[in-house]
Amino acid sequence: MDLQEVPQERNTTLDGQRKVVYAKDAQGRLRLAPSQGWEVEEIVTTQALSSLHHLSTQALEQVRTGQASSLAYWMHERRMDEALLAQSTGFWRWRVRRHLKPQPFASLSASQLERYAQALGLSVNALKTVPT
Amino acid sequence: MLTPTRPRTHAEFSHQHAGHCESGVASALLRHSGFDISESMAFGLSSGLAFAYLPFVKLSGLPLIAYRTQPRALIKGLRKPLGVDFSFETFSGPERGQARLDELLAQGHVVGLQTSVYWLPYFPPEMRFHFNAHNLLVYGKEGDEYLISDPVFEAPVRCKVEDLNRSRFAKGVLAPKGLLYMLNRPADQTEVSPAALRKAVAKTCRGMLAPVPIAGVKGMRLLASKFEKLPNADPATADFIGHLVRMQEEIGTGGAGFRFIYAAFLQEAADRAGNNAWADSADRLIEIGDGWRALALSIARMIRARDPMDTGRLAQMLRGQADAEEALFRALAKTTG
Repeated sequence: MDLQEVPQERNTTLDGQRKVVYAKDAQGRLRLAPSQGWEVEEIVTTQALSSLHHLSTQALEQVRTGQASSLAYWMHERRMDEALLAQSTGFWRWRVRRHLKPQPFASLSASQLERYAQALGLSVNALKTVPT
Repeated sequence: MLTPTRPRTHAEFSHQHAGHCESGVASALLRHSGFDISESMAFGLSSGLAFAYLPFVKLSGLPLIAYRTQPRALIKGLRKPLGVDFSFETFSGPERGQARLDELLAQGHVVGLQTSVYWLPYFPPEMRFHFNAHNLLVYGKEGDEYLISDPVFEAPVRCKVEDLNRSRFAKGVLAPKGLLYMLNRPADQTEVSPAALRKAVAKTCRGMLAPVPIAGVKGMRLLASKFEKLPNADPATADFIGHLVRMQEEIGTGGAGFRFIYAAFLQEAADRAGNNAWADSADRLIEIGDGWRALALSIARMIRARDPMDTGRLAQMLRGQADAEEALFRALAKTTG
């Protein structure tokens, strides 16, 4: 990649930040060059985010129809999955999976709710509700 | 480039924007100790270039694809060639981890940390994924904020104590466990020796040509076979191939999955050791890097449906990269004998 080919495509995912890449100057030497982003990166990051977003909107729908607990929504909203939530709370994964259902979630103790809230960076009250 | 300078105090810490977090942190720690070294030299000297496809390690359901050696290898790999020493500490919980960090800062140390990107509020929201092996330097504390030199950011940043604690003690794959590290003993030499460069290059060649199915050029070919098995019509295919591009470009690799950083190292090494063959290899590696960028572009076009999804074509491009890298590293290995 030549210096003048370093993409400056103002990726929205970079939020105005610049990153640096290595590119070749006229003498063929590699130098550090700031970049405002490459559309290719924006596409793959947006793709990954939209997959995650899809999971959280799906969960939100299930919470509203009574098929899932608010924990399911917040897990996806925080870009986590069952494995990571289990590791972050110390609950077994099968227990996390159970708590994604409304009834088992409703019967959690205050201290168990606190563990989930802590891992997700939420208050217990926020954990029990979903956005309207 | 490699002339020694006097050691600096923590108030004089100078931030430098880097292509990658760990090589940026490693070179910044050395520069701060008075040993002037570029990011690319630190990367090459620690034999940082690699390729690995680990189908059994899953990050958010996707396999680990890495263009460099394992976390911490870029720092640890500098011990032998430079005669430096780094110390590493992990902690049982945030209280102890914070107390130790504060103690070291009060003593005037610049401290490296392993963190989770997701819990660092200064990252752009769209870049905040659960990735636990992000490196940064803390060089001070003011009130309830740490002064941070994050190498992949243009300027120093600040982070609240509470947020940094959360980030240092995030759980999951590659959990940092509060890891902090610092330079214990500065370099015992004033410059990088040609012998150290030869050893470092030889090690990278061995890794890239290793007779292991998941590593080096063989790992690329294994991944190419996996690509061929992905159904073109399945939406999950876009996630998988996009993941390759994110690991190659988006996470901060200096472009082309560290190939350009390593080429910059070869150019510097060629000058230092008077080895023209390495300069030629650098030119070839830049072309190979352009090939990786072309692969990334093809993947992005398929994800956006500007081109039809064709995983067979991507597999073919990936095999082309493997062939080119195999030829390069075989030739490079002969220069280190």
